[in-house]
Amino acid sequence: MSLKKLRITVAVVVITLITLLFLDFTGMAQEWFGWLAKVQFLPALLAMHIGVVAGLIILTLLFGRLYCSVICPLGIMQDIFGWLGKKQKRYRYGYSPAVRWLRYSMLVIMVILMVAGFGGVAALIAPYSSFGRIVQNLLSPVWAWCNNLLAGWAAEHDSYMFYDTEIWIRNWSVFGVAVATVVILAVLAWRNGRTYCNTICPVGTVLGFFSRFSFLAPVIDTSKCNSCGLCARNCKAACINSKVHQIDYSRCVTCFDCLDSCHKGAISYGRRKKEVAVVPVTDGASVDKSRRSFLTVTGMVTAAAMVKAADKTVDGGLAVIEDKKIPERSNRIVPPGAKGIKHLSNHCTACQLCVAACPNGVLRPSTAIDSFMQPYSSYERGYCRPECTRCSDVCPAGAIKPVSVEEKSSIQIGHACWVKENCIPLTDGVECGNCARHCPTGAIQMVPSDASDPDSVKIPVVNTEKCIGCGACENLCPARPFSAIYVEGHVNHRII
Amino acid sequence: MKDKNTISRRSFLTRLGVGAAAVSAAVVAGCDSKKNPVTGDNTTSGEIPAGKMTYRTNPKTGEQVSILGYGCMRWPDLSGGVGRSDADLDQETINELVDYAIAHGVNYFDTSPAYCRGRSERATGIALSRHPRESYFIATKLSNFAPQTWSREASMAMYNNSFKELQTPYIDYMLLHAVGGGEDAMDTFRKRYIDNGMLDFLMEEREKGKIRNLGFSYHGDIAIFDYLLANHDKYKWDFVQIQMNYLDWNHAKEINEANTNAEYLYDELDKREIPVVIMEPLLGGRLSNLPDHIVARLKQQEPERSVASWAFRFAGTYPRVLTVLSGMTYMEHLQDNLLSYSPLKPLSEDEKQFLFDTSSLIVQYPTVPCNDCKYCMPCPYGIDIPAILLHYNKCVNQGNIPESSQQENYRQARQAFLVGYDRSVPKLRQASHCIGCNQCAPHCPQKIRIPEELHRIDRYVEQLKQNTI
Repeated sequence: MSLKKLRITVAVVVITLITLLFLDFTGMAQEWFGWLAKVQFLPALLAMHIGVVAGLIILTLLFGRLYCSVICPLGIMQDIFGWLGKKQKRYRYGYSPAVRWLRYSMLVIMVILMVAGFGGVAALIAPYSSFGRIVQNLLSPVWAWCNNLLAGWAAEHDSYMFYDTEIWIRNWSVFGVAVATVVILAVLAWRNGRTYCNTICPVGTVLGFFSRFSFLAPVIDTSKCNSCGLCARNCKAACINSKVHQIDYSRCVTCFDCLDSCHKGAISYGRRKKEVAVVPVTDGASVDKSRRSFLTVTGMVTAAAMVKAADKTVDGGLAVIEDKKIPERSNRIVPPGAKGIKHLSNHCTACQLCVAACPNGVLRPSTAIDSFMQPYSSYERGYCRPECTRCSDVCPAGAIKPVSVEEKSSIQIGHACWVKENCIPLTDGVECGNCARHCPTGAIQMVPSDASDPDSVKIPVVNTEKCIGCGACENLCPARPFSAIYVEGHVNHRII
Repeated sequence: MKDKNTISRRSFLTRLGVGAAAVSAAVVAGCDSKKNPVTGDNTTSGEIPAGKMTYRTNPKTGEQVSILGYGCMRWPDLSGGVGRSDADLDQETINELVDYAIAHGVNYFDTSPAYCRGRSERATGIALSRHPRESYFIATKLSNFAPQTWSREASMAMYNNSFKELQTPYIDYMLLHAVGGGEDAMDTFRKRYIDNGMLDFLMEEREKGKIRNLGFSYHGDIAIFDYLLANHDKYKWDFVQIQMNYLDWNHAKEINEANTNAEYLYDELDKREIPVVIMEPLLGGRLSNLPDHIVARLKQQEPERSVASWAFRFAGTYPRVLTVLSGMTYMEHLQDNLLSYSPLKPLSEDEKQFLFDTSSLIVQYPTVPCNDCKYCMPCPYGIDIPAILLHYNKCVNQGNIPESSQQENYRQARQAFLVGYDRSVPKLRQASHCIGCNQCAPHCPQKIRIPEELHRIDRYVEQLKQNTI
């Protein structure tokens, strides 16, 4: 098997598994190959997984940018687009000089943004998280739809193998970003191969710095080379200057395409004889693709008619249930394990893996500028269930640290606030207590609304010391569209 | 009438597919016999005997009433389900069912202004008016449950509307509907029928002949039943409708302290020679949807007859019974019941004892005694109460209520319970949203403590989800 075929095989397996990681909502994929997300460069760096980062650098020093060929899912995705492009027209690439000023300024901008706390914006050009957003926004609805077809079929056959899952777009601006990313990358890759990886991608730039010194690399045997230029026309990284028999190793993604393309067998993968001079900067023709418009969009507000509790008529039928609306929270809620808003923003690369993994419809990406595309919690569709630690299990960037079920029950991520005007016992005059009944920590008690009359209708009181902010009360509160009890997030999480 | 055979044959074939979906349905008659109305080729009226129906005599009028009465509470709708969804009733199929029933000797049709979300009377009227008026008896009710219908005006409007909907100048059997319900049963009864003068009015109507027989249907508080029978001399009840089946015969009280055994009810009526109309002979399908080993036990005794047939034969065996009502949604139900009653083969003493022994086994299963009558609905907060209880019962019968995570089949049972729960009941209508306002419970004819049961099921669901069982 040629090295190229080996590379393709590994790449196909990796991209399939990582895609599945984002599609699977049952948590099974995570158990088997969740590690694939954790060996991604940027998440590992954010999670301070020094071992992983060092390993990837050593890999690059040994073999060149293999990472970009077989580990980075966005790189593999571009190769797929490029492959389609090559089907349309062979030998479509050519050598172009490096655009070093753009590469390094992108890297610098990214670092500045991340240090300044705009990790979400920085994530717009991060490779792994871009791939995550594309799959989560564009492919997972299709996946879920197919699953629901199967579930329908299973239901007809009395099988419990498949179950229905809800399909919803968490945030339309992030959806827009995903569409824009995939369109831009598809066009670039179709026409010019790895343009993004060698001009925009900060990980590509960092690894390119190391790959210049790699132990193994494609080398041209000038005694065999007849300067036909086939290798250059086949090089998706545009890094082979066949005229002078030079390869820009900072841009070479070690795809081995040139090895197979050379009829003379002049290119081989092996030890480099001598240091190759880096081609100087000449060209700045590339467009600045990083500029993308992001709209500050209103959240999804579902229009719903104002309906109170329906009349009791004793003839069957189902009362209309109004959709819940999201209350205005002064602090956003972030899941247990995130430690607090700041920790999450500093580490999150906005890959949407947690959003894809959340089985309760709680996590969704933010639209706010300082946390753009990073996850936050809301409870109008479900609540942060006591037995679930999926988001903390999957997070590759250490933004949501792993927590156990036991730890989770003592992490206070917010506290519940009561809204008297909405409380059903007071508005409808009926017994309720659904919040107290479902509070996993017993933080809610029901007390008579009139202190002097023990028989008066009971209202909830919250012991904020015991409340962990899971949102069971908010989600299960019968008041609609706004719950009579809602959770206010904490800037820093506490252990109770 | 001439096309009867072709119509029923076609309708029967179209229903074949639907039958598989019938959940609470009666089990289809025998599975391998040549008499099988479902699998065989020559399956239509030739096989379901016509002209063999057993009839009982109304002692007051002398009229012959078929032992099988058609309950019009569960007419099919166009969604393929029972007509209590938003979908329109399937009038064409209803007509076919009525035609088939009449052709096979059924002549008693029991409806109410409340059934099928208020649409049953009209649909029944349309189907029946296609036949000569003297060929059937209509039973309907004054179903003024809701407080807004307690006034004389509202009750009169409901009463008068029944004539219009049913397209008839007289009602053969008129009932006070479900007396014994409400939080304070006696108080509710007074408000519905005494304070507004409706009972006196109905008795006058009986004098005038607009009502040919006057009776009441009873559920719940025994004090009302005793009171109404104690005043039999005054009211002269022509018939009384009670819930009777081999489970309730002497286990009703065991299932719920607030209920009364059917044996007592029947004996009280028998003593006074009052004809008895039977409702819930099959407990809304619960007596056909039984755990496997009980199905096997019944089948072993009568391999060629359905599980449901036992319940119908039981109800019919008692001589004071005028008719046994069955809410037949599908043609298979109708055909199976026709088989059971054309003619009725009364139970022997041994067979009765066999059923009583069986009921002792059934009562050990912790099902919730919900018959899916939907009187509790709509829940003002949107809970689908019967769907939750039926799902729970289904899991009880199928052994999918694991009691411990150490159990052998724990994972499969848990999956079946939880996935099935989400399938049967949308998340927003599940028990976790029950606030316990208790507006439903007073309407339950079975006196189920609905909020308590829902909260119990919800706690169980939480245990399953959290694996803390």
